[in-house]
Amino acid sequence: MNPSVGALRERFGRRIGRAVVSCGDSVVYVDPAAIREVLRWLKETAGQQYNYLVDVTAVEYRDPERPLEVVYELFSLERRVPLRVKVELPKDGALELDSVVPVWRGADWLEREVYDMFGVTFRGHPDLRRILMWETYAEGYPLRKDFPLRGRFSRSEQVRQALNIHPEAHYSMEELSIADAYQDLPADVRERLSRGERGEVPEQPPESR
Amino acid sequence: MGLTGPTTVESLSPNWLTTRLDALVNWARANSLWPMPFGTACCAIEFMATAASRFDLARFGMERMAFSPRQADVLICAGRLPFKLAPVIRRIYDQMPQPKWVISMGACASTGGIFDTYAMVQGIDTVVPVDVYVPGCPPRPEGLLYGVLLLHKKIKGETLANGDLRREHPLGVTGLRLPPEAVDELSEPFGNSVHQTRSA
Repeated sequence: MNPSVGALRERFGRRIGRAVVSCGDSVVYVDPAAIREVLRWLKETAGQQYNYLVDVTAVEYRDPERPLEVVYELFSLERRVPLRVKVELPKDGALELDSVVPVWRGADWLEREVYDMFGVTFRGHPDLRRILMWETYAEGYPLRKDFPLRGRFSRSEQVRQALNIHPEAHYSMEELSIADAYQDLPADVRERLSRGERGEVPEQPPESR
Repeated sequence: MGLTGPTTVESLSPNWLTTRLDALVNWARANSLWPMPFGTACCAIEFMATAASRFDLARFGMERMAFSPRQADVLICAGRLPFKLAPVIRRIYDQMPQPKWVISMGACASTGGIFDTYAMVQGIDTVVPVDVYVPGCPPRPEGLLYGVLLLHKKIKGETLANGDLRREHPLGVTGLRLPPEAVDELSEPFGNSVHQTRSA
Protein backbone atom coordinates (compact mmCIF):
# COMPACT_ATOMS: atom_id res chain seq x y z
CA MET A 1 0.00 0.00 0.00
CA ASN A 2 1.25 3.44 -0.93
CA PRO A 3 2.23 5.34 2.30
CA SER A 4 0.45 8.41 0.95
CA VAL A 5 -2.84 6.69 1.83
CA GLY A 6 -1.92 6.73 5.51
CA ALA A 7 -0.85 10.34 5.27
CA LEU A 8 -4.19 11.20 3.64
CA ARG A 9 -6.11 9.51 6.45
CA GLU A 10 -4.10 11.41 9.01
CA ARG A 11 -4.76 14.72 7.27
CA PHE A 12 -8.37 14.31 6.07
CA GLY A 13 -9.78 11.71 8.49
CA ARG A 14 -13.19 10.38 7.52
CA ARG A 15 -13.25 12.09 4.15
CA ILE A 16 -10.93 9.35 2.94
CA GLY A 17 -12.80 6.15 2.22
CA ARG A 18 -11.53 2.64 1.70
CA ALA A 19 -8.22 1.91 0.03
CA VAL A 20 -7.30 -1.20 -1.94
CA VAL A 21 -4.30 -2.53 -3.80
CA SER A 22 -5.24 -3.67 -7.28
CA CYS A 23 -2.63 -5.33 -9.51
CA GLY A 24 0.08 -3.66 -7.44
CA ASP A 25 -1.46 -0.17 -7.70
CA SER A 26 -2.81 1.65 -4.67
CA VAL A 27 -6.36 2.93 -5.12
CA VAL A 28 -7.86 5.29 -2.58
CA TYR A 29 -11.51 6.41 -2.49
CA VAL A 30 -12.23 10.01 -1.53
CA ASP A 31 -15.38 11.90 -0.55
CA PRO A 32 -16.60 13.70 -3.73
CA ALA A 33 -17.05 16.97 -1.84
CA ALA A 34 -13.38 17.01 -0.86
CA ILE A 35 -11.78 15.93 -4.11
CA ARG A 36 -10.23 19.25 -5.14
CA GLU A 37 -8.86 19.89 -1.66
CA VAL A 38 -7.39 16.38 -1.42
CA LEU A 39 -5.80 16.52 -4.85
CA ARG A 40 -4.36 19.96 -4.20
CA TRP A 41 -2.88 18.69 -0.96
CA LEU A 42 -1.39 15.66 -2.74
CA LYS A 43 0.14 17.92 -5.36
CA GLU A 44 1.54 20.65 -3.15
CA THR A 45 2.59 18.93 0.07
CA ALA A 46 6.27 18.18 0.50
CA GLY A 47 6.75 14.44 0.67
CA GLN A 48 3.74 13.80 -1.61
CA GLN A 49 4.49 15.91 -4.71
CA TYR A 50 2.04 14.21 -7.04
CA ASN A 51 2.66 16.95 -9.57
CA TYR A 52 1.61 15.10 -12.71
CA LEU A 53 -2.06 14.40 -13.43
CA VAL A 54 -1.74 11.52 -15.88
CA ASP A 55 -5.42 11.10 -16.65
CA VAL A 56 -8.95 11.81 -15.54
CA THR A 57 -11.47 9.22 -16.61
CA ALA A 58 -14.63 7.53 -15.38
CA VAL A 59 -16.01 4.01 -15.04
CA GLU A 60 -19.61 2.85 -15.04
CA TYR A 61 -20.14 -0.74 -13.98
CA ARG A 62 -22.74 -3.07 -15.40
CA ASP A 63 -24.25 -3.57 -11.93
CA PRO A 64 -26.87 -0.76 -11.74
CA GLU A 65 -26.45 -0.49 -7.97
CA ARG A 66 -22.80 0.44 -8.16
CA PRO A 67 -22.01 4.14 -8.36
CA LEU A 68 -20.21 5.76 -11.24
CA GLU A 69 -16.52 6.26 -10.46
CA VAL A 70 -14.37 9.15 -11.55
CA VAL A 71 -10.70 8.17 -11.59
CA TYR A 72 -7.70 10.45 -11.16
CA GLU A 73 -4.36 8.92 -12.09
CA LEU A 74 -1.58 10.78 -10.31
CA PHE A 75 2.16 10.45 -10.64
CA SER A 76 4.98 12.08 -8.73
CA LEU A 77 7.74 12.89 -11.18
CA GLU A 78 10.19 13.62 -8.33
CA ARG A 79 9.53 10.47 -6.35
CA ARG A 80 8.44 8.27 -9.28
CA VAL A 81 5.39 7.01 -7.40
CA PRO A 82 1.92 6.55 -8.88
CA LEU A 83 -1.36 6.89 -6.99
CA ARG A 84 -4.92 6.31 -8.17
CA VAL A 85 -7.63 8.40 -6.53
CA LYS A 86 -11.29 7.59 -7.09
CA VAL A 87 -14.57 9.24 -6.18
CA GLU A 88 -17.93 7.51 -6.27
CA LEU A 89 -20.96 9.35 -7.64
CA PRO A 90 -24.31 7.61 -6.97
CA LYS A 91 -26.23 7.34 -10.24
CA ASP A 92 -29.49 8.63 -8.77
CA GLY A 93 -27.83 11.83 -7.59
CA ALA A 94 -26.47 14.76 -9.53
CA LEU A 95 -23.29 13.77 -11.36
CA GLU A 96 -21.38 16.83 -10.22
CA LEU A 97 -17.85 17.30 -9.04
CA ASP A 98 -15.45 20.15 -8.39
CA SER A 99 -13.14 20.74 -11.33
CA VAL A 100 -9.41 20.32 -10.71
CA VAL A 101 -8.43 22.71 -13.51
CA PRO A 102 -7.41 25.28 -10.86
CA VAL A 103 -4.89 22.69 -9.62
CA TRP A 104 -3.70 21.30 -12.97
CA ARG A 105 -4.32 23.30 -16.15
CA GLY A 106 -3.92 20.03 -18.03
CA ALA A 107 -7.15 18.72 -16.52
CA ASP A 108 -9.12 20.96 -18.90
CA TRP A 109 -9.51 18.57 -21.84
CA LEU A 110 -9.50 15.46 -19.63
CA GLU A 111 -12.55 16.71 -17.74
CA ARG A 112 -14.20 17.77 -20.98
CA GLU A 113 -13.82 14.20 -22.21
CA VAL A 114 -15.38 12.77 -19.05
CA TYR A 115 -18.22 15.28 -19.42
CA ASP A 116 -18.68 14.36 -23.10
CA MET A 117 -18.67 10.60 -22.60
CA PHE A 118 -20.26 10.20 -19.14
CA GLY A 119 -22.17 13.41 -18.46
CA VAL A 120 -20.29 14.29 -15.28
CA THR A 121 -20.48 18.06 -14.72
CA PHE A 122 -17.36 19.69 -13.33
CA ARG A 123 -18.10 22.76 -11.24
CA GLY A 124 -15.72 25.62 -11.89
CA HIS A 125 -14.40 24.26 -15.20
CA PRO A 126 -13.52 27.26 -17.41
CA ASP A 127 -14.92 25.85 -20.65
CA LEU A 128 -17.03 22.73 -20.15
CA ARG A 129 -18.02 21.71 -23.70
CA ARG A 130 -18.08 18.41 -25.52
CA ILE A 131 -14.68 17.56 -26.93
CA LEU A 132 -15.00 14.36 -29.00
CA MET A 133 -18.60 14.56 -30.16
CA TRP A 134 -19.69 17.79 -31.81
CA GLU A 135 -21.19 20.38 -29.49
CA THR A 136 -24.77 20.14 -30.70
CA TYR A 137 -24.75 16.36 -30.23
CA ALA A 138 -28.13 15.54 -28.69
CA GLU A 139 -28.16 11.77 -28.24
CA GLY A 140 -26.72 11.63 -24.74
CA TYR A 141 -23.48 10.37 -23.25
CA PRO A 142 -22.04 7.52 -25.34
CA LEU A 143 -20.08 5.61 -22.71
CA ARG A 144 -22.99 5.31 -20.27
CA LYS A 145 -24.29 1.77 -19.93
CA ASP A 146 -27.84 2.81 -20.90
CA PHE A 147 -26.61 4.25 -24.19
CA PRO A 148 -27.40 1.99 -27.18
CA LEU A 149 -24.31 1.04 -29.20
CA ARG A 150 -25.69 2.63 -32.35
CA GLY A 151 -26.97 5.77 -30.65
CA ARG A 152 -30.54 6.85 -30.02
CA PHE A 153 -31.49 8.39 -33.35
CA SER A 154 -32.13 6.61 -36.62
CA ARG A 155 -29.23 6.40 -39.06
CA SER A 156 -30.82 8.91 -41.43
CA GLU A 157 -31.35 11.39 -38.60
CA GLN A 158 -27.74 10.93 -37.48
CA VAL A 159 -26.42 11.57 -41.00
CA ARG A 160 -28.74 14.55 -41.41
CA GLN A 161 -27.61 16.12 -38.14
CA ALA A 162 -23.97 15.39 -38.87
CA LEU A 163 -24.15 17.02 -42.30
CA ASN A 164 -25.69 20.10 -40.73
CA ILE A 165 -22.77 20.69 -38.36
CA HIS A 166 -20.85 23.74 -39.38
CA PRO A 167 -17.29 22.42 -39.25
CA GLU A 168 -15.77 25.75 -38.33
CA ALA A 169 -18.49 27.13 -36.09
CA HIS A 170 -16.92 26.33 -32.74
CA TYR A 171 -13.24 26.58 -33.53
CA SER A 172 -12.80 30.08 -34.84
CA MET A 173 -9.34 31.35 -35.70
CA GLU A 174 -9.51 33.51 -32.57
CA GLU A 175 -9.98 30.43 -30.45
CA LEU A 176 -7.11 28.63 -32.10
CA SER A 177 -4.79 31.61 -31.92
CA ILE A 178 -2.27 32.15 -29.19
CA ALA A 179 -3.52 35.68 -28.44
CA ASP A 180 -5.78 34.69 -25.56
CA ALA A 181 -3.09 32.75 -23.78
CA TYR A 182 -0.47 35.43 -24.21
CA GLN A 183 -0.62 36.70 -20.63
CA ASP A 184 -0.22 33.17 -19.29
CA LEU A 185 2.99 32.46 -21.19
CA PRO A 186 6.32 32.37 -19.33
CA ALA A 187 8.16 35.70 -19.30
CA ASP A 188 10.95 34.59 -21.62
CA VAL A 189 8.49 33.32 -24.22
CA ARG A 190 6.57 36.61 -24.05
CA GLU A 191 9.82 38.48 -24.51
CA ARG A 192 10.76 36.40 -27.55
CA LEU A 193 7.29 36.87 -29.03
CA SER A 194 7.35 40.62 -28.44
CA ARG A 195 10.61 40.81 -30.36
CA GLY A 196 8.62 39.44 -33.24
CA GLU A 197 10.34 36.08 -33.28
CA ARG A 198 7.12 34.40 -34.38
CA GLY A 199 4.20 36.27 -35.82
CA GLU A 200 2.42 39.25 -34.30
CA VAL A 201 1.29 39.66 -30.73
CA PRO A 202 -1.44 41.98 -29.48
CA GLU A 203 -0.31 45.28 -27.97
CA GLN A 204 -3.01 45.12 -25.32
CA PRO A 205 -4.26 42.00 -23.62
CA PRO A 206 -7.69 41.04 -25.01
CA GLU A 207 -10.73 42.67 -23.39
CA SER A 208 -12.02 39.39 -22.05
CA ARG A 209 -9.18 38.87 -19.65
CA MET B 1 12.14 7.55 -82.11
CA GLY B 2 11.24 4.02 -83.14
CA LEU B 3 9.77 5.11 -86.44
CA THR B 4 9.90 2.53 -89.14
CA GLY B 5 9.94 3.00 -92.86
CA PRO B 6 11.32 5.85 -94.85
CA THR B 7 11.13 9.21 -93.10
CA THR B 8 10.38 11.21 -96.15
CA VAL B 9 8.36 14.38 -96.01
CA GLU B 10 5.39 12.50 -97.48
CA SER B 11 5.38 9.75 -94.84
CA LEU B 12 5.63 12.02 -91.78
CA SER B 13 2.24 12.64 -90.20
CA PRO B 14 0.82 16.10 -90.63
CA ASN B 15 -0.13 18.11 -87.55
CA TRP B 16 -3.61 16.73 -87.23
CA LEU B 17 -5.26 13.43 -86.67
CA THR B 18 -8.77 12.15 -86.59
CA THR B 19 -10.40 10.63 -83.50
CA ARG B 20 -13.55 10.87 -81.51
CA LEU B 21 -13.55 13.86 -79.18
CA ASP B 22 -14.80 11.64 -76.32
CA ALA B 23 -11.92 9.25 -76.79
CA LEU B 24 -9.36 12.05 -76.72
CA VAL B 25 -10.85 13.84 -73.71
CA ASN B 26 -11.37 10.66 -71.72
CA TRP B 27 -7.87 9.45 -72.55
CA ALA B 28 -6.45 12.70 -71.20
CA ARG B 29 -8.62 12.69 -68.09
CA ALA B 30 -8.05 9.07 -67.19
CA ASN B 31 -4.29 9.25 -67.46
CA SER B 32 -3.70 12.35 -65.37
CA LEU B 33 -6.00 12.01 -62.37
CA TRP B 34 -4.98 14.21 -59.47
CA PRO B 35 -5.97 12.50 -56.23
CA MET B 36 -7.25 14.31 -53.18
CA PRO B 37 -6.13 11.97 -50.38
CA PHE B 38 -8.59 11.86 -47.50
CA GLY B 39 -6.80 9.42 -45.22
CA THR B 40 -8.30 8.80 -41.79
CA ALA B 41 -7.06 5.36 -40.76
CA CYS B 42 -4.92 2.35 -41.62
CA CYS B 43 -6.12 2.44 -45.25
CA ALA B 44 -4.14 5.65 -45.56
CA ILE B 45 -0.96 3.69 -44.78
CA GLU B 46 -1.71 1.34 -47.68
CA PHE B 47 -2.53 4.36 -49.80
CA MET B 48 0.88 5.85 -49.00
CA ALA B 49 2.48 2.54 -49.94
CA THR B 50 0.57 2.66 -53.20
CA ALA B 51 1.91 6.12 -53.90
CA ALA B 52 5.49 5.21 -52.98
CA SER B 53 8.14 3.70 -55.21
CA ARG B 54 7.35 -0.02 -55.07
CA PHE B 55 3.77 0.25 -56.31
CA ASP B 56 4.22 3.70 -57.83
CA LEU B 57 0.95 5.45 -58.50
CA ALA B 58 2.95 7.69 -60.86
CA ARG B 59 2.70 4.95 -63.48
CA PHE B 60 -0.93 5.98 -63.88
CA GLY B 61 -0.33 9.73 -63.84
CA MET B 62 -1.49 10.05 -60.23
CA GLU B 63 1.69 11.07 -58.44
CA ARG B 64 0.51 14.63 -58.04
CA MET B 65 -1.38 14.65 -54.73
CA ALA B 66 -3.69 17.62 -54.52
CA PHE B 67 -3.99 18.79 -50.96
CA SER B 68 -6.28 21.53 -52.19
CA PRO B 69 -9.67 20.19 -53.24
CA ARG B 70 -9.91 22.86 -55.91
CA GLN B 71 -7.07 21.24 -57.83
CA ALA B 72 -8.17 17.64 -57.51
CA ASP B 73 -10.02 15.16 -59.73
CA VAL B 74 -10.49 12.10 -57.59
CA LEU B 75 -11.30 12.02 -53.89
CA ILE B 76 -9.87 8.91 -52.26
CA CYS B 77 -11.46 8.29 -48.87
CA ALA B 78 -8.96 5.94 -47.21
CA GLY B 79 -10.33 4.95 -43.83
CA ARG B 80 -13.32 5.20 -41.57
CA LEU B 81 -15.45 8.31 -41.59
CA PRO B 82 -16.90 9.42 -38.25
CA PHE B 83 -20.02 11.59 -38.24
CA LYS B 84 -17.93 14.53 -37.13
CA LEU B 85 -16.01 14.35 -40.43
CA ALA B 86 -19.12 13.94 -42.61
CA PRO B 87 -19.61 17.68 -43.18
CA VAL B 88 -15.87 18.01 -43.85
CA ILE B 89 -15.72 15.41 -46.64
CA ARG B 90 -18.96 16.82 -48.06
CA ARG B 91 -17.44 20.28 -48.20
CA ILE B 92 -14.25 18.97 -49.78
CA TYR B 93 -16.34 17.16 -52.38
CA ASP B 94 -18.40 20.28 -53.06
CA GLN B 95 -15.22 22.33 -53.49
CA MET B 96 -13.74 19.98 -56.08
CA PRO B 97 -14.37 21.21 -59.64
CA GLN B 98 -15.96 18.98 -62.25
CA PRO B 99 -15.05 16.51 -63.59
CA LYS B 100 -14.59 14.63 -60.31
CA TRP B 101 -14.75 11.09 -59.09
CA VAL B 102 -14.69 9.36 -55.70
CA ILE B 103 -12.95 6.15 -54.66
CA SER B 104 -14.11 4.59 -51.40
CA MET B 105 -11.10 2.65 -50.14
CA GLY B 106 -11.60 -0.17 -47.66
CA ALA B 107 -14.43 -1.74 -45.69
CA CYS B 108 -14.99 1.17 -43.30
CA ALA B 109 -15.29 3.86 -45.94
CA SER B 110 -17.58 1.65 -48.03
CA THR B 111 -19.88 0.26 -45.32
CA GLY B 112 -18.76 1.37 -41.86
CA GLY B 113 -16.93 -1.95 -41.54
CA ILE B 114 -16.77 -3.34 -38.02
CA PHE B 115 -17.74 0.06 -36.62
CA ASP B 116 -21.52 -0.27 -36.54
CA THR B 117 -21.66 2.33 -33.77
CA TYR B 118 -23.07 5.66 -32.74
CA ALA B 119 -20.06 7.54 -34.07
CA MET B 120 -19.54 6.16 -37.57
CA VAL B 121 -20.96 6.90 -41.00
CA GLN B 122 -22.20 3.61 -42.46
CA GLY B 123 -20.63 4.06 -45.88
CA ILE B 124 -19.48 7.36 -47.36
CA ASP B 125 -22.02 6.97 -50.16
CA THR B 126 -24.58 8.35 -47.69
CA VAL B 127 -22.60 11.58 -47.83
CA VAL B 128 -20.97 11.81 -51.28
CA PRO B 129 -21.56 9.81 -54.49
CA VAL B 130 -18.99 7.03 -54.96
CA ASP B 131 -17.64 5.71 -58.27
CA VAL B 132 -15.43 2.82 -57.19
CA TYR B 133 -15.54 0.77 -53.98
CA VAL B 134 -12.31 -1.03 -53.09
CA PRO B 135 -12.92 -3.89 -50.63
CA GLY B 136 -10.38 -5.00 -48.05
CA CYS B 137 -9.36 -4.28 -44.49
CA PRO B 138 -7.21 -2.57 -45.50
CA PRO B 139 -6.93 -3.28 -49.23
CA ARG B 140 -3.46 -4.12 -50.43
CA PRO B 141 -1.90 -1.60 -52.80
CA GLU B 142 -2.66 -3.94 -55.70
CA GLY B 143 -6.31 -3.73 -54.68
CA LEU B 144 -6.29 0.05 -54.78
CA LEU B 145 -4.46 0.01 -58.12
CA TYR B 146 -7.13 -2.33 -59.49
CA GLY B 147 -9.73 0.15 -58.29
CA VAL B 148 -7.88 2.96 -60.03
CA LEU B 149 -7.80 0.93 -63.26
CA LEU B 150 -11.54 0.29 -62.92
CA LEU B 151 -12.00 4.03 -62.57
CA HIS B 152 -9.94 4.51 -65.77
CA LYS B 153 -12.29 2.09 -67.48
CA LYS B 154 -15.30 3.98 -66.20
CA ILE B 155 -13.89 7.32 -67.32
CA LYS B 156 -13.12 5.98 -70.78
CA GLY B 157 -16.78 4.98 -71.12
CA GLU B 158 -18.07 8.48 -70.42
CA THR B 159 -19.35 10.79 -73.11
CA LEU B 160 -19.56 14.55 -73.33
CA ALA B 161 -23.00 14.13 -74.87
CA ASN B 162 -24.37 13.11 -71.49
CA GLY B 163 -25.08 16.44 -69.82
CA ASP B 164 -26.25 14.82 -66.58
CA LEU B 165 -22.89 13.25 -65.91
CA ARG B 166 -21.18 16.42 -64.70
CA ARG B 167 -24.13 18.03 -62.96
CA GLU B 168 -23.72 19.00 -59.32
CA HIS B 169 -26.14 17.45 -56.85
CA PRO B 170 -26.28 19.60 -53.72
CA LEU B 171 -27.91 18.17 -50.62
CA GLY B 172 -31.68 18.27 -50.93
CA VAL B 173 -34.35 19.68 -48.67
CA THR B 174 -34.01 16.67 -46.37
CA GLY B 175 -30.37 17.54 -45.84
CA LEU B 176 -29.47 14.09 -47.11
CA ARG B 177 -28.07 12.76 -50.36
CA LEU B 178 -30.14 9.56 -50.27
CA PRO B 179 -33.76 8.98 -49.23
CA PRO B 180 -33.93 8.61 -45.41
CA GLU B 181 -35.34 5.06 -45.72
CA ALA B 182 -32.29 3.99 -47.69
CA VAL B 183 -29.95 5.30 -45.02
CA ASP B 184 -31.93 3.65 -42.21
CA GLU B 185 -31.69 0.28 -43.94
CA LEU B 186 -27.91 0.34 -43.74
CA SER B 187 -27.75 -0.56 -40.07
CA GLU B 188 -30.24 -3.37 -39.54
CA PRO B 189 -29.49 -5.96 -36.85
CA PHE B 190 -26.60 -8.33 -37.35
CA GLY B 191 -23.84 -9.91 -35.29
CA ASN B 192 -23.63 -9.04 -31.64
CA SER B 193 -25.68 -5.92 -32.13
CA VAL B 194 -28.96 -7.85 -32.45
CA HIS B 195 -30.01 -7.03 -28.91
CA GLN B 196 -29.27 -3.36 -29.21
CA THR B 197 -32.45 -1.35 -29.27
CA ARG B 198 -33.01 2.31 -29.72
CA SER B 199 -34.65 4.14 -26.87
CA ALA B 200 -35.89 6.96 -29.06
